[in-house]
Amino acid sequence: MTQASLGESVVQKTVHAATNNGVAASATQTQPLWLLAEVTYRCPLHCAFCYNPTDYDKHTQNELTTEQWIQALRDARKLGAIQLGISGGEPLLRDDIEEIVVEAKKLGYYSNLITSGVGLTEKRIQAFKEGGLDHIQLSMHDITEEINNFITNTKTFELKKKVAAMIKGHGYPMVLNVVIHRYNIGHMKEILEMADALGAEYIELANTQYYGWSLVNRSQLMPTREQVEEAERITNEFREKSGSKMKIFFVVPDYFSDRPKKCMNGWGEVFMIVTANGDVLPCHSARVLPNMNFPNVKDTDLGWSWKDSPAFNKYRGDSWMKEPCSSCSEKANDLGGCRCQTFLLTGDAEAADPVCSKSPHHHLIEKAIIDAQNPVIAAQPIVFRNDKNSKRIIAGELKALTDEFHALP
Amino acid sequence: MDIQIQHSDVYALSHHHRFQWEEAQNSYVILFPEGMVKLHGGAGEVLKRVDGKATVGDIVADLKATFPDAEDIEKDIIGMFELAAGKGWLRKV
Repeated sequence: MTQASLGESVVQKTVHAATNNGVAASATQTQPLWLLAEVTYRCPLHCAFCYNPTDYDKHTQNELTTEQWIQALRDARKLGAIQLGISGGEPLLRDDIEEIVVEAKKLGYYSNLITSGVGLTEKRIQAFKEGGLDHIQLSMHDITEEINNFITNTKTFELKKKVAAMIKGHGYPMVLNVVIHRYNIGHMKEILEMADALGAEYIELANTQYYGWSLVNRSQLMPTREQVEEAERITNEFREKSGSKMKIFFVVPDYFSDRPKKCMNGWGEVFMIVTANGDVLPCHSARVLPNMNFPNVKDTDLGWSWKDSPAFNKYRGDSWMKEPCSSCSEKANDLGGCRCQTFLLTGDAEAADPVCSKSPHHHLIEKAIIDAQNPVIAAQPIVFRNDKNSKRIIAGELKALTDEFHALP
Repeated sequence: MDIQIQHSDVYALSHHHRFQWEEAQNSYVILFPEGMVKLHGGAGEVLKRVDGKATVGDIVADLKATFPDAEDIEKDIIGMFELAAGKGWLRKV
């Protein structure tokens, strides 16, 4: 899967609201409006920036059954879940997505298949359309075949173009997600033009955030601050001048901000993830946190998991905070940032996100930015996301690459 | 975005948008790729009547008849159309 729903922007989009003439809409609320079903960690692509856990190979043999997914969908719907993302890995590696889609429609979800496009055939897309799938989000990587194939470690460039046409041909809105990193950030204008030419209604330019495989490959993927600023400038210019109706979301990379992101729009606020093996999480990477017991749908009621489980209540709100967050006048803006990133980088899950310039650990971010410019470090080989590397990481063979982090990314 | 709403205009929900009642929210919502808008009472009442056939004038008249005690309701209704069309939730047919 891409980094589509990792950024806070998506969450904010979920709950963004209108106010006009007293016609007000809601602010955030503790309700799992967004359910992300990471139905499998198996994937035919091997993207260097994947945020899936590096030890995902543990969870490729114990996936939930179709019946368990359908039950989870029903239970989440009762809790108020409405936007459903079917993701992975590559969800199309499961042959029951058609059944899941039909059930989602029956339950009243607005459903979204988040895919690399590999495995999407005319027959399957026809079944999705008839089954009531609302949209398909396709990951694209670059305008060049070379970069697409390099960063995904697969020959998928031509296929992606074919799939884009197929999605359009079936009357689906074209929602593209492009993860941005050092290798494609120089092609921003061309990427936007490509998306426009494909007839995209939405494009998300998701600057890489560093979790899972992308954290291991951070020095190889991170662009410079100047490149990020230039990319944003080009995006804004395109938005203003192109006359394109395409909606463009530019997810700002937190490493280059002074303040952290309001991760997931708050822990246990609007997002709930059910992973391939049934773990129920408030965010994609939560399993890196220490001393946490995440519930699993196989043996725990989803309502209890969301409302009452110690894990979901652990970082709700701001009462868990310590200094400098607890007395910070801006704490409501970002809720102290990301717990997972904080723990991975500092070893203290309750510290301020090191992205924040007020954090005593901020030097770690500055160092990471400098390291990424160091030609020796940046020239280290990329560890691509694949089963072999995941097995090696589980076996502790790549320790040198993960040693600086306080948990296995 | 400046959108002039005329009483003779006919609107429909934009493509790829869905309007539905959400029990858990106790309100109407509009759903679209990557997003949702929750509509409080008045807004839901307006959007509920948008069907690609009724004119804005029809909807104003209907709401006035349904809520005879509401004052100056027309201004709010037109405001809602401006907002919804401006945000791309509605398209003119």
